[in-house]
Amino acid sequence: MDGFWEPFRFEFFRHGLLVATVAGALCGLVGTFVVLRRMSYIGHGLSHAVFGGAAVAAVVGVDFFLGAGAWGIASALLIGRVARRGVIGSDAAIGVVTTASFALGLALFGLYGQARQSTEALLFGSILGVDETDIAVVVGVTVATVLVVALGYRPLLFSTFDPEVAAVSGLRVDRLDALLMVVLAVAILATTQVLGVVLVAATLVIPATVARMLTNRFARMLWLSTVIGAACGFVGMVASYHLDISSGAAVVLVGAALFTVVFAATGARGRRRLGARRIEPAA
Amino acid sequence: MSRPAVPLVRLDSVTCAYGRDDVVVDASVTIDADDFVGIVGPSGSGKTTLLRALLGTLAPRRGRVVRVAGLRVGYVPQRETVDWSFPVTVAEAVLMARPRGGRWAPWASRAERGEVADVLDRLGLGALGSRHIRDLSGGQQQRVFIARALLRQPQLLVMDEPTSGVDVRTRHELLHLLDELHRDGLAILLTTHDLNGMAAHLPRLACLNRRIVAAGPPLAVLTPEVLQQTYGAPMDVLVHGGMPVVVDRAHGSLGPGHAHDVAAVGAPGRPGGNGDARGGLPGDDEAVADAAGPAASVRG
Repeated sequence: MDGFWEPFRFEFFRHGLLVATVAGALCGLVGTFVVLRRMSYIGHGLSHAVFGGAAVAAVVGVDFFLGAGAWGIASALLIGRVARRGVIGSDAAIGVVTTASFALGLALFGLYGQARQSTEALLFGSILGVDETDIAVVVGVTVATVLVVALGYRPLLFSTFDPEVAAVSGLRVDRLDALLMVVLAVAILATTQVLGVVLVAATLVIPATVARMLTNRFARMLWLSTVIGAACGFVGMVASYHLDISSGAAVVLVGAALFTVVFAATGARGRRRLGARRIEPAA
Repeated sequence: MSRPAVPLVRLDSVTCAYGRDDVVVDASVTIDADDFVGIVGPSGSGKTTLLRALLGTLAPRRGRVVRVAGLRVGYVPQRETVDWSFPVTVAEAVLMARPRGGRWAPWASRAERGEVADVLDRLGLGALGSRHIRDLSGGQQQRVFIARALLRQPQLLVMDEPTSGVDVRTRHELLHLLDELHRDGLAILLTTHDLNGMAAHLPRLACLNRRIVAAGPPLAVLTPEVLQQTYGAPMDVLVHGGMPVVVDRAHGSLGPGHAHDVAAVGAPGRPGGNGDARGGLPGDDEAVADAAGPAASVRG
């Protein structure tokens, strides 16, 4: 048992654990909208876009959060605009914007001789680099996101469930979409340090999917997904230390294991709740 | 039943397009405060597009849309467009349309819950508030979205294919409900494929095939000539109990929309019934057809 508590003696681990838990909660909260709006691919793509922004920030010499943040938000708004206008298919738009950004990041890191270790840390997550600034950023972004969701609860729900009727009812659905894209980009940016750009998309999707299998109510899904995300972050972080694997991988593997258990336990009911878009009248 | 004809929405020579293709051409439509209008036409004729222009979610390429100031519209979309696996109960689905009215708290107030309960009771859904929206019959699902629209206390109710995928009994119940709402002072505009089961029972129809082919009461509009122009197929029209019954000439079956027999159309005691022609549905004494022809308009 002493072995279990061993990492808690280290400050870097306590910092990492706090950030992973809060980051997991943040991803779980935002992930509810990602899953219900069927934006999983956007989350995946945006995390890769942030990698390009991080590379540019490193080369230019500006703060990571400023450089990658501006890059990520610009990518998010661009993807949202292209997808909404149907200029090209949204999957194609995401593919072009985000993979180009990711490739640019790889090229810049290669050209300017960034340490391979720091590149891997950004790709797969690491607790070693977590400091007070990271903690403040993750906690601040989480608090801001909770406020956005709480204050905009009904319009966000309406525009997620039925955007056309929401627009007819007077809601500015385009602005709500843009707001959610910005929230998503900022959430990804804030959690990249621990989870890594490659795996952050999974932490957006898994807690929300597990929560959806457990409830038929939106409000309950929101807090369940948040709690599940936090739990995955906490357990994954501890497992990461003891198993000597990257923090991002551990968090995602814990989430995947939980998904498997809930999927098996809820059976047909859970699968029905995850059902595709179709009419299924009871009688 | 006569109310002053106050225009709520007017489309003036509106042309709508997706990309380069015009989907609706030169359509003029006026919806008054006492209207109960159906738009019929084949798939791809522009019915939903016309509704979108009227609702303001699609900007017309040409022409203009004029709405009365402060117009409140309740919109009920096609059932096929609803995500039935979305995690909302009946009460949540209805409540989401209610404006916050300056409240900051994300949860519903007691007054809001009371409003939802009232509108659900009115539509016979009072006991179903905690059910998931998927766990309802087709007719109940349709009424949930009517309840959501009514919560906004609209002046105009717009419905896209409300009878799509519902059985004959549900369709009759829906007709009665809409009739009741119209009597209570609500203007109604709907699209339908169902000529005999739905359109023939409405006070006023517009036939659309990219252009408005004809508009007016069903007896005046549902003629072989107009139907040929609208659907591009030969159809006969029988008159039974004072109501038109469309028969698809090529297949000898009853016209687009469906299959129900003439006796069913004329069933007494229902809207459009034999002994109660058009069963008290409003607008029976409306003026005869406004116009017919490629650029005809509804109350143009």
